[in-house]
Amino acid sequence: MAMTMAEKIIAAAAGKESCKAGDIETVTVDKMMSNDGTTHLTIDMYNNLKNPHIADVSKLVWIIDHNIPADSPKTAASHKKMREFAKENGITFYEGEGVCHQIMMENHVRPGELIFGADSHTCAYGALGAFGTGVGCTDYLYSIVTGTSWLLVPETIRFNLHGSLKPGVYARDLILTIIGKISANGANYKAMEFAGEGLHDLSIADRIAICNLCVEAGAKTALMEVDDVAMDYLKEHGREPKAIFKSDDDAEFSEVYDIDLSEIEPIVAKPHFVDNIAPAKDCSDVKIDEAFLGSCNNGRIEDLRVGAAVIKGKHVHPKVRFFVVPASRAVYKQALKEGLLDIFMEAGAMVMNPNCSVCWGACQGVIGEGETLISTGTRNFKGRAGHKDSFVYLASAATVAASAVAGYITVAEDL
Amino acid sequence: MGKVFKFHKDVDTDQIIASQYLLFPTIDEMKVHTFESLNSEFASQVKPGDFVVADENFGCGSSREQAPSVLKALGVKAVIAKSFARIFYRNSINIGMPVIVSKELYDVVKDGDDMELDLLSGKILANGKEYSCTKLPAKMQEILDQGGLIASLNK
Repeated sequence: MAMTMAEKIIAAAAGKESCKAGDIETVTVDKMMSNDGTTHLTIDMYNNLKNPHIADVSKLVWIIDHNIPADSPKTAASHKKMREFAKENGITFYEGEGVCHQIMMENHVRPGELIFGADSHTCAYGALGAFGTGVGCTDYLYSIVTGTSWLLVPETIRFNLHGSLKPGVYARDLILTIIGKISANGANYKAMEFAGEGLHDLSIADRIAICNLCVEAGAKTALMEVDDVAMDYLKEHGREPKAIFKSDDDAEFSEVYDIDLSEIEPIVAKPHFVDNIAPAKDCSDVKIDEAFLGSCNNGRIEDLRVGAAVIKGKHVHPKVRFFVVPASRAVYKQALKEGLLDIFMEAGAMVMNPNCSVCWGACQGVIGEGETLISTGTRNFKGRAGHKDSFVYLASAATVAASAVAGYITVAEDL
Repeated sequence: MGKVFKFHKDVDTDQIIASQYLLFPTIDEMKVHTFESLNSEFASQVKPGDFVVADENFGCGSSREQAPSVLKALGVKAVIAKSFARIFYRNSINIGMPVIVSKELYDVVKDGDDMELDLLSGKILANGKEYSCTKLPAKMQEILDQGGLIASLNK
């Protein structure tokens, strides 16, 4: 039977030969990631179980990344609960090492795995051909106790990528264009799969940026074919695939899109929805108060290089705060080595510790009433970065860095 | 009988409960901030048995289970929307809070209307008229019937 990549991964996790979209399968989950956004509540629920136990502790990864360093005694108490539980139970634990999805990509994700993350952007793991999906605390708790869960096998929307992105155009512009095209619930319950010769040109950083944002179209997961680029990344990080799957040529897709990468232009997503897109060139009337380069979407070394190249020798606009937040300690150290942090500091940016930072709107760089932020974060919902009456525009690292210098939204080439 | 609190399309989970409250120690401490950005009176006005009625794609965005949990803790009897985002829908069923798809209700009720819901028959009574809701998939109805997913772990 012809199957999609999503169907193959779920069938393998269910111990079956095959499955098809619409089936409900009981699956064994390969890894279970949770962060400080919800883990304190999961622990309370766990402690209230009649027979609390963990099926296989080696599959758990816990990461403090959302509010680190703690911003209040309440946060500190929730962190303490998580830290102590992880230690007592022998759970793999990271604190202050970086944004959870970047930590997972650098250290844990393997092609062919089925991974639950108590965070919606877990779909990022598709960049390495893994089925990552976001769950709440209750699903997470059930999976750590039983080692299993149930999944409705999703239909797949296939995106065939052709050609190459033009200079000055980035993966962020591509995925915003796609979300604008299919809308904020255009992939609800579905998998978004990316393939085609255009994929091979994209770095792992690009691929993570694309897969990561698919949940903003409602997707259950995002998946990319595993090629030499993915295999090189795995090798560099000392890991082997669990299994390598690709969709059969005659697999059934709910929709198929062919996308010419050379037609993509710099894009921003305007307040308050990720599908509210516009060409960045058309937004030069938008003055900004703050700019943010970081997050699980665009805080990798490749993004910092792009931002640094734009801002080198220039200065952040006097009315703008510019926060640069490497996505992990490894990215931070590499940026130091390459002199990128010097470039940002000399330009007047503030460089922060690896964490979710401004993207999460509760820890660092919160914006005030009536203020406008341009961000490489994941979301631009109302109040996402602070006050309920504030405005968030999403864009690429290049557009964010250029706008930080100009004081209004601009593409780098017009700077 | 409960009152209707009406919300627009694409209500994301940041609007239901904002990030800055998520690390509070308990749901009870968070719930007073429910829908703060959209209707700052909601948490003080809503009463047990009331309803949230919304347009398409309710609960999109973050996987934070705090979103359905604060609604349940405030006593919201059910959320009825034209459609739901996937994770919110699943989280709601998992904690035992009914989420009901109705394509017509949003367009015929207004904020403050009285409404009745019979979960067993799947009938809604609003403004003297009866509406039927879309049935839950069997797997989800089973989870809801047993009081949420955790109940199955405590059997």
